[in-house]
Amino acid sequence: MDHRFSDVQQVRDQLESVHYLADDSIAGIVHLADRLEKPVLIEGPAGTGKTQLAKSVAEMTGARLIRLQCYEGLDEAKALYEWNYKKQLLRIQADRSHETDWNELEEDIFSDEFLLTRPLLEAIRAEDPVVLLIDEVDRVEIETEALLLEILSEYQVSIPELGTVTANQIPLVFLTSNNTRELSEALKRRCLYLHLDYPDMDREKQIVLTRVPDITEHLAAQVARVVRSIRQLELKKHPSVSETIDWARTLVLLGIDHIDAETATDTVNILLKYRTDIEKAVKDMNANADTYSG
Amino acid sequence: MTTHEPAVETSEAPLLDLLTGFIVELRNAGLPVSLTENLDAMQAIKHIPLEDRTALKYALAATLVKNHSHWRAFEIVFDVYFSLRGEEYSLEEGELLDDAFDEDEDGDQENQGQGEGQGGEGGSNSGMTPEEMAEMLYNALMQGDSSMMRQMARESVRRYAGMEPGRPVGGTYYLYRTLRNLDLDGVLEKLMQQQQDESDGDMSQFEQRLARDEFKDRIDALKKEIEAEIRRRLVADRGVEAMAKTLRKPLPEDVDFMHASREEMANLRKAIYPLTRKLAVRLARKRRRGRKGPLDFRHTIRASLSYGGVPADPKFRNPRPKKPEIMVIADISGSVAAFARFTLHLVYALSSQFTQVRSFVFIDGLDEVTEYFEQTEDITEAIHRVNSEADVVWVDGHSDYGHALEVFWNNYAKDVTAKTSVLILGDARNNYHAPNSWIIQDLAERARNVFWLNPEPKSYWDTGDSIIGEYSQYCDGIFEVRNLRQLESFADNLA
Repeated sequence: MDHRFSDVQQVRDQLESVHYLADDSIAGIVHLADRLEKPVLIEGPAGTGKTQLAKSVAEMTGARLIRLQCYEGLDEAKALYEWNYKKQLLRIQADRSHETDWNELEEDIFSDEFLLTRPLLEAIRAEDPVVLLIDEVDRVEIETEALLLEILSEYQVSIPELGTVTANQIPLVFLTSNNTRELSEALKRRCLYLHLDYPDMDREKQIVLTRVPDITEHLAAQVARVVRSIRQLELKKHPSVSETIDWARTLVLLGIDHIDAETATDTVNILLKYRTDIEKAVKDMNANADTYSG
Repeated sequence: MTTHEPAVETSEAPLLDLLTGFIVELRNAGLPVSLTENLDAMQAIKHIPLEDRTALKYALAATLVKNHSHWRAFEIVFDVYFSLRGEEYSLEEGELLDDAFDEDEDGDQENQGQGEGQGGEGGSNSGMTPEEMAEMLYNALMQGDSSMMRQMARESVRRYAGMEPGRPVGGTYYLYRTLRNLDLDGVLEKLMQQQQDESDGDMSQFEQRLARDEFKDRIDALKKEIEAEIRRRLVADRGVEAMAKTLRKPLPEDVDFMHASREEMANLRKAIYPLTRKLAVRLARKRRRGRKGPLDFRHTIRASLSYGGVPADPKFRNPRPKKPEIMVIADISGSVAAFARFTLHLVYALSSQFTQVRSFVFIDGLDEVTEYFEQTEDITEAIHRVNSEADVVWVDGHSDYGHALEVFWNNYAKDVTAKTSVLILGDARNNYHAPNSWIIQDLAERARNVFWLNPEPKSYWDTGDSIIGEYSQYCDGIFEVRNLRQLESFADNLA
């Protein structure tokens, strides 16, 4: 089968062309996922670009993104497929006068026409290239995870009345998790694992530069530096990449081209969302200035 | 799926052996590597250029490590097994071993040491004076040039660590010797000074602080390089298996509270927050999904409409949540303090899962500290206040369980009701005071249950002045809680 990418560098370049800056591990794993035909499980703190990675991969390969948002209580009918009960009922009622053979009718109402495809089945049956994103998989109950196993390892869905639907082409599959619970071994075993952490300073600066138009290099560098400093504190919730970008945008809008302690203190509520965290960060910014004022 | 590069075929067998050894070592280090994952790893490496060490590392990590807290352990094993491979790390013959190795040569070394100045790129620097060396290091740090930093790390280990083959000392000894010669604290000050001079002294304090953070980060990176370099040389000296064994460390969830090093403590603190979040989600979910309440008639009828009036899908009310009240009584004397801190941390992080949490700490006196936790959202700060403000010393500041329990019984026993779970944290080392175990008996009668968590290994119980057996006869449960894994499983069952 043809591979989508020839090497890691190509993945990297293509991701960059859709404004996603990948590091070695990200590009390497996307490349491997294509070669090994395995799904990728992406874990990491909120706002580090887990979902964005799947979107960007879809964009760069020109594939359609099919997204399954997970939530507590997600079931087969919402994730895989459902029989169109009302239409089946109509079909039976419409038939009353003609008195078709029951067996024939049964076969008829459990056919493709009455099947409502949900994201997972849709991804399997797609004729065009697709990227399947299963978002926040840690939100479903551990029992529901089992729904995913067949599709993740065999790329097929078994429907009792219809038989097994096998994929026409192997889609790239991404699963994201915020790590609010341990995923089952069975699920992890079937996936490649990618931990997306906060980017290092240089990468964050590059991200800010690509994502925020009109920002000066100097300001982007400063933003990255301040955010890095804040992330070293013990906080409830560290600033995410998207919050960094928001902050940079705000600074640009306010016409600030140089961050000092005062502007940082005034706008830090864009980076941090908990009162205690904000207090801590503000205290830290100002306290340190005093300490080093020698 | 076959590979297009025939080159892989030729080097397959030795690589396979190496990889097998590598995976065995990962399992020894405690990582759960399954057979399928093993096979995946073998598949994965067919698709990457083998000379690319970074790609190899990420390919192996993606297939073998499925839990981020195991990353550190993986990294160490990887370094040991593959440190001598990879382009930027490639060593010329002989550069590997120190000059010192030449003098007492013991023939069977796989790499023969060679004289000064014959090494690779690293070796070409060896003609430098210590001053030039310091200058280059300084520049590398100033510019944040990572390949230069790596070279300097290599050079400084060669120069200062004074490594000798076969000498039975750990890597930390060499690390200390190297760092002592580099005086990185002094370098940091110099770097800051230069930054300030360059900006003509009008750097704001805020900027200074950011600059300092950045240099510190670079220096940390340098230290890591030095560590890796020492490890690499030790591997060359002692062999892969032996070295992997010495470096084997428990995974974060298995680190013993009582014997954790400072670094391990810091890691534990970082690990506890996600753990509590996970537990809270799990418990809340369990409660919601647990036993069903009574039939909800209206809801059932409404649902039956879509089945033509047949109540095929009975609906139930949500059960009234029964949340326990918790009283934590923690020994915070010397050795068990760390354990008490983690447990308090956990209990408070889970406080939404209980109707009420009250906490008491003691050494030989006892004091209620609930309000410290209620006044602030920041648990770390609360614990700091507990340690500095609580009135827990009665006579001499040596644990006296008997007296502490008596104080508790006199003042608070009336608040213990059938809804209360009492948690006692401590090693029950009573310094030969009177045990007063009748108090536990009385509490057990009043409370829903009394649990005792002991951070000591089971084999130490009831030895010396430990009187855990005396107390445990009245408790509903007594648990050995030495690490996060055990603490997690206890908390899971509690709520």
